[in-house]
Amino acid sequence: MDKRTVGARIFKCVVYTVCIVLAVISLYPFFVMFLNATRSTSEIWQNPLPLLPSTHMFDNFRIIRDIGTFDALLGFRNSFIVAGGTTILATYVSSLTAFALTAYHWKLRQPFFTFIMAVMMVPAQILTIGYFTMVWQLDLVNNFLPLIMPAMAAPTVVFFMRQYLLATFQIDIVNSARIDGSGEFRIFNQIILPIMKPAIATQAIFVFVGSWNALFLPRVLLTDRDMFTMPLMVSLLQGNIYDTEFGVVYLGLALSILPIFLVYFFLARYIIAGIQLGAVKG
Amino acid sequence: MRKRHKGVNYAKYGYIFSIPFVLGFLVFTLYPLGYTAVLAFTDFSGAASLISGEMNILDDPFENFSMLLFDNQLFWTSITNTFRIWLTNFIPQIVLALLLTAWFTNNRNKIRGQGLFKVLFYMPNIITAGSIAVLFGAFFAFPLGPANHILSLLGVENHPFNFTASPAASQNIIAFIQFWMWYGYTMLILIAGVLGINPELYEVAEIDGANGIQKFFFVTLPNLKTVLLFTVVTSIVGGITMFDIPWLFNQGGPVNSTTTVSLFIYNLAFTGRLRYNVAAAASILVFLMIAALSVAVFYLLRDKDAAQLKKEERALRRALKAEMKGVQGNG
Repeated sequence: MDKRTVGARIFKCVVYTVCIVLAVISLYPFFVMFLNATRSTSEIWQNPLPLLPSTHMFDNFRIIRDIGTFDALLGFRNSFIVAGGTTILATYVSSLTAFALTAYHWKLRQPFFTFIMAVMMVPAQILTIGYFTMVWQLDLVNNFLPLIMPAMAAPTVVFFMRQYLLATFQIDIVNSARIDGSGEFRIFNQIILPIMKPAIATQAIFVFVGSWNALFLPRVLLTDRDMFTMPLMVSLLQGNIYDTEFGVVYLGLALSILPIFLVYFFLARYIIAGIQLGAVKG
Repeated sequence: MRKRHKGVNYAKYGYIFSIPFVLGFLVFTLYPLGYTAVLAFTDFSGAASLISGEMNILDDPFENFSMLLFDNQLFWTSITNTFRIWLTNFIPQIVLALLLTAWFTNNRNKIRGQGLFKVLFYMPNIITAGSIAVLFGAFFAFPLGPANHILSLLGVENHPFNFTASPAASQNIIAFIQFWMWYGYTMLILIAGVLGINPELYEVAEIDGANGIQKFFFVTLPNLKTVLLFTVVTSIVGGITMFDIPWLFNQGGPVNSTTTVSLFIYNLAFTGRLRYNVAAAASILVFLMIAALSVAVFYLLRDKDAAQLKKEERALRRALKAEMKGVQGNG
């Protein structure tokens, strides 16, 4: 019995040490980034691993504004439009598709679901060349629509919504609404959508973050800096102008990361529950 | 009477409400995919082609493909780079994720603060990959970045090391970033998988006197196979389409050592001679690669599922027997 408690204690020591080390590795890069964002370039050259913030944050802001290529506010605005539009479209259309897949009995229902599962395996990057050519010919380069509209067909979101509906949906609610004379589309909007709120919230977070972080397609479809989303703005920080201005680079990065950082720590519980719910499919 | 009549009609709403998704799929997935496939057989390349929109099927329709497969060293280099970076990231990632999963799902030694650890381990995954790549670029800056600072503090290196000029270092840093961003996600998936395992299996194992390590190897791992395979496939597909980090960390350099397949395709189409047709051919080759891989794994999965069902059944029967024995013993 004694041996076992000693063993358990050693086991716990090892586990906690490893976990704490990993936690530090997760946080430390961001810690360095936020601190260096407040320091001048010469301070960073002297010691790039600070323990305390400095006083040069506003100088760094001024330098960013004077150089003028990296524009955080513009990046936010553009990313917000693209990610917001994508989120609304993806969650709404996917909920509607999931409703069609659960509430109605139609001949092609099962084949359609299998088909959606198959579409999940096609990475969007494969079709970029064709999509780019198509967008170019429609004269929609430097337009947010080609970045938002593909959200209409979001198979992973449909999958998740369907799982949720299968667990919560009851045909009786729909039937009683039908007796009251509601049309099917109105039933979806006024009864089903409110039922799906928790699922919509979870998926909205993932779709929003995914779209906010996307770099590849925006990089291909947006060439005008005024239309750049945040990740594209960040890619400008790599340019020659910033090579020697480390404080400014760190501040730019901090600005690009801070919103997601805050959102994450507010919603972490839901995000993690969402991932594990989605994983059950495996 | 009236109700039944209506009930027959309802099926059509299934079709009607699926229209937006199908429309989206046709316009934004199928058409671009088909278009990419067509471009792969044409001479569509350069800004002039893009502006005029003119394209002709090549005399030898497979010229772009054969060019890539037989005359383009960089295409093959990009594939080996992709797999090298993927392997260097995935092996430690899956090992660590499994270890953490075993620890966090251990019922006897409850680990406190699990919630917080999960939140912290997963965090890097949700941060913009582009920002992380630039951040690590700053960390490994030459000669006075934080990484070199640490090396000189530790006295390992007297001269600053130029990480971004070294192919091996650049590849390993990118693999590390991938590892760091994804092990938390993989761990969450595996934990969900373990929680989905029939708890009776563990009870049976405990009755048989299995310890924690035995339970992990003989109950957890075999029952996690489906989830593990799924993780491997999604990770490979993610690896093949990896773009943000190698592009922003070192632009695929030095000497193309971090040029992944995605970066190769991007460079073909959107830099230099704008060879859309060759890039399209490369995309189609990658698509075939991924499709073959997915089919193979799904084939494996199907067999495994049936086998697993049998195994679970057997274990359940064994559990029942054990219980019966217990009842008899007590009686």
